[in-house]
Amino acid sequence: MTIDLILFVGLALISIMAAIAMIVSRNAVYSVLFLVLNFLTVATLYLLLNAAFIAIVQITVYAGAIMVLFLFVIMLLGTERESIGGRIRWQIPLAIVLGLALAGELAFVLLRNDIAQGSLADLSVEFGSPASIGRVLFSEYLVPFEVTSILLLVAMIGAIVITQKQRREGK
Amino acid sequence: MNIPPAYVLTLSGILFALGVIGVLIRRNAIVIFMSIELMLNSANLALISFARTLAPAQEAFRGHVFVFFVIAVAAAEVAVGLALIVAIFRSKESIDVDEVSSLRG
Repeated sequence: MTIDLILFVGLALISIMAAIAMIVSRNAVYSVLFLVLNFLTVATLYLLLNAAFIAIVQITVYAGAIMVLFLFVIMLLGTERESIGGRIRWQIPLAIVLGLALAGELAFVLLRNDIAQGSLADLSVEFGSPASIGRVLFSEYLVPFEVTSILLLVAMIGAIVITQKQRREGK
Repeated sequence: MNIPPAYVLTLSGILFALGVIGVLIRRNAIVIFMSIELMLNSANLALISFARTLAPAQEAFRGHVFVFFVIAVAAAEVAVGLALIVAIFRSKESIDVDEVSSLRG
């Protein structure tokens, strides 16, 4: 119990600090790297919550592929620095107050339901393993899975079309 | 892990609120986009936590499957969103969201 708690508090602090650093750092490249750190700590939390498959997917897809895409676009456009000034005066304090209010309400709503009050049962290694997830994914959720593949194809074509059309108009 | 699900849900709520704050205070479109990814991620954390709490039941796997779909949709969303940002940069020479105001009357 105590070791788990120490692990969780450490990971939670790292992920919260990485998220704050991502928001406040002026250079977008640093923001990407802090977000990668946040994703890696959350992946470790997934491991602690018996979700091994999701943890690996998180690392390969999120921290790997998606964040490399972000870094690539930032470096392609060369817009890592944000211009200073011209901001609405009450924007930052108002955003922080609204965000904290949202955090409080979220915590209240999430903690009030029955599931949050429950205790954890001991699990076998099978839970959350790729084999067990795959069995559910390819039987009960086969149609959504196929729809997702079409969605990814559409997104790929869409990305190509959006960037290409603009180039033709420029010439 | 044997920590109360309430702690993980609290962390998820805090991360979500930080994502909202990021969207509200930043003007770089890419950083706003990254804050949205942070929010998706915190929602995933809540789903995994619920799945772990419901655990030995067969329904608990649905949390994991749902997170899998959220990650796949996020990948598609990032591809299209970044293509849009590149297109906006080509016409405006900037990705500051305050500059993109052509539709304002």
